Amino acid sequence: MTDPVSTEDTITKVTMPKWGLSMKSGKITSWFVAEGDEVAEGDELADIDTDKITGVLESPVPGVVRRVLAETNEDAPVGATIALIAPADVPEELIDEAARAAREELDSGAVDEVAGPALGTVRVDGRTLSYATLGTAAETVLLIHGYGGDKNSWLFVQEPLSARATVHAIDLPGHGDSTKDVGDGSLDTLAGAVAGFLDQQGIERVHVVGHSLGGAVATAAAAREPGRIASLTLVAPAGYGDQINADYLRGFARASSRRELKPHLTQLFADPGHVTRQLADDLMKYKRLDGVQQALDSLLGTLLNGDRPGIDAAGLLREFTGPVRVVWGRADQVLPAANAAALEGRAQIAYVDNAGHMVHMEQPSAVVDAVAGTLDG
Amino acid sequence: MARTISYREAVNEALRQEMERDGSVIIMGEDNAGGAGSPGEDDAWGGVLGVTKGLQQRFPGRVLDTPISESAFVGAAVGAATRGLRPVAELMFIDFMGVCFDQIFNQAAKFRYMFGGKAVTPVVVRTMYGAGLNAAAQHSQCLYPLFTHIPGLKVVLPSSPYEAKGLLIQAIRDNDPVIFCEHKALYDMTGEVPEDSYTIPFGEADVVRDGDDVTIVALGRMVSVAEEAAAELARQDVQAEIIDPRTTSPLDRDTILESVENTGRLVVVDEATPRCGMAADISALVAQEAFGALRAPIEMVTAPHTPVPFAQPLEQLYIPDTQKVANAVKKTLDWKK
Repeated sequence: MTDPVSTEDTITKVTMPKWGLSMKSGKITSWFVAEGDEVAEGDELADIDTDKITGVLESPVPGVVRRVLAETNEDAPVGATIALIAPADVPEELIDEAARAAREELDSGAVDEVAGPALGTVRVDGRTLSYATLGTAAETVLLIHGYGGDKNSWLFVQEPLSARATVHAIDLPGHGDSTKDVGDGSLDTLAGAVAGFLDQQGIERVHVVGHSLGGAVATAAAAREPGRIASLTLVAPAGYGDQINADYLRGFARASSRRELKPHLTQLFADPGHVTRQLADDLMKYKRLDGVQQALDSLLGTLLNGDRPGIDAAGLLREFTGPVRVVWGRADQVLPAANAAALEGRAQIAYVDNAGHMVHMEQPSAVVDAVAGTLDG
Repeated sequence: MARTISYREAVNEALRQEMERDGSVIIMGEDNAGGAGSPGEDDAWGGVLGVTKGLQQRFPGRVLDTPISESAFVGAAVGAATRGLRPVAELMFIDFMGVCFDQIFNQAAKFRYMFGGKAVTPVVVRTMYGAGLNAAAQHSQCLYPLFTHIPGLKVVLPSSPYEAKGLLIQAIRDNDPVIFCEHKALYDMTGEVPEDSYTIPFGEADVVRDGDDVTIVALGRMVSVAEEAAAELARQDVQAEIIDPRTTSPLDRDTILESVENTGRLVVVDEATPRCGMAADISALVAQEAFGALRAPIEMVTAPHTPVPFAQPLEQLYIPDTQKVANAVKKTLDWKK
């Protein structure tokens, strides 16, 4: 490290983020800022299209946008500098120099490959569990996806959190790259897989974040070993309240073509524009894997009791006394936000506008803020 | 998880995974082991283009090299299928079908029907087709329309490594005879393929690209040709929707019709000769079922009605290319009553 107050260090390169394991480049579909604009940390800078989904890039620091280097509709490789932010008093010459270097890098395409999350597997109860880890900080965060999802669904959350914690995202049994056999498909089996993962990794204390079914799994894991779980962040969790969209769940489980699947997927988002063909294709590719249909059917039996919720996570939460935060999209059509009433008084609840069930994809900063708030204690 | 492998490796992996999963799966044909039983066993080719490489060593006794007699080994495979095995017979070039066609169209294709559903014939005939390797008139044809014509056969044309693996696993598990057609110029194409086994159902087209201006239905190797043409057209603000039927029998009529109902224009791209082929078949389907939606005459981009030329420049001229596809699209866009 050079002198931390030298001017070079005060120029912050805004780079193309790596959202998800397969992301190699992104396209800036619109800039929300112009050169000369003053921004605060967390301000929205640009919309970025990743093939899979469009996400919002936020400013990593406060300062003035001194240069916008990548043009609208330009493809930039992951890691490439697309803008420069610096305090107003950093001289123009230094900014010019940095901009020139960055523009050359962008034009030549010679951008250093950004190390994405490190992939790994552990064996738990005869199953292989796959996970992706990003960050090296002392605190540990575990992200648990929902029904039919996988570790990649945290693409907009894992990266920003990795600055302050070691963030693991796992694939539950039956999902992603983990073994597709889910046994009896019970919440207990899934929570056992999570506990086994923590054992194998030697993690003694962890902040657990769970979405939907993963929220119920997180709660069950906390009920099992309350001392191990530092906090819970529940994102539209299953098992709270009495409302559940059984038609969506059955439709998702049964859809056998992209055409059948797509109308169900639109129920996941406040803005159905998020349902890209890539998203539907990726889900169909997952659904066609051997063993996935049985896994989804089995887990459906856990999630539903007739047309009513089949899980009581609220009961399990009584075993856990640590801090609980809840993030719920107001436009959730799968597990309506009214379910959050079951957590009032027990948890700090954030209702999020313009977000459906996939809050962590649609309004990821709401989830990042909740987890960060917990880490700050 | 998915990683990048070639079309050749995808076919090989599908065979290996199904042979591991199911002991009744066997392979038979000419040079599938390649050198088996001779001192050259360890460096056996695994087929003329190396597609079955390594399987003979891994599954001793289950990869059978046969004499050069398609009528005998395809007949044997069909018979074995009726008695409980799941043979994958390799007809090295589709052009050789003439010598074993009775076994396929009059026997395998008819058993289920003639025995009132009591007999199943889970045989797969893998076969190479297509021009582009300068292999001349007897080793370059696209004869899948002949198989498509026969009720009782399923006909598959994988266009990418992902489709190749999932469709071949489906073919092996299917209880009907399946003709699995691999374009020889696609073997080195690479793409993302999951390591786990998976199946792609037959009769379900892939919408390779979305677009509102024109529907391009492309088969097998022509899918990537259509994609290149669509990329070129997109630069001129023309958005083409590309449909890859993946199987010509069964054919996913709904996806084609829904697309044409939206775009009002159809271009069918097929490397086969034009008479009695898929281009004509799909055109007839759309003319009959979606006539009211059409805003221009249907265009067919196919090979000419001639044998495949040996001379390289002529062979290149013979195969539909991106320019021909783009021109056909423009013709549908420019058409006025």
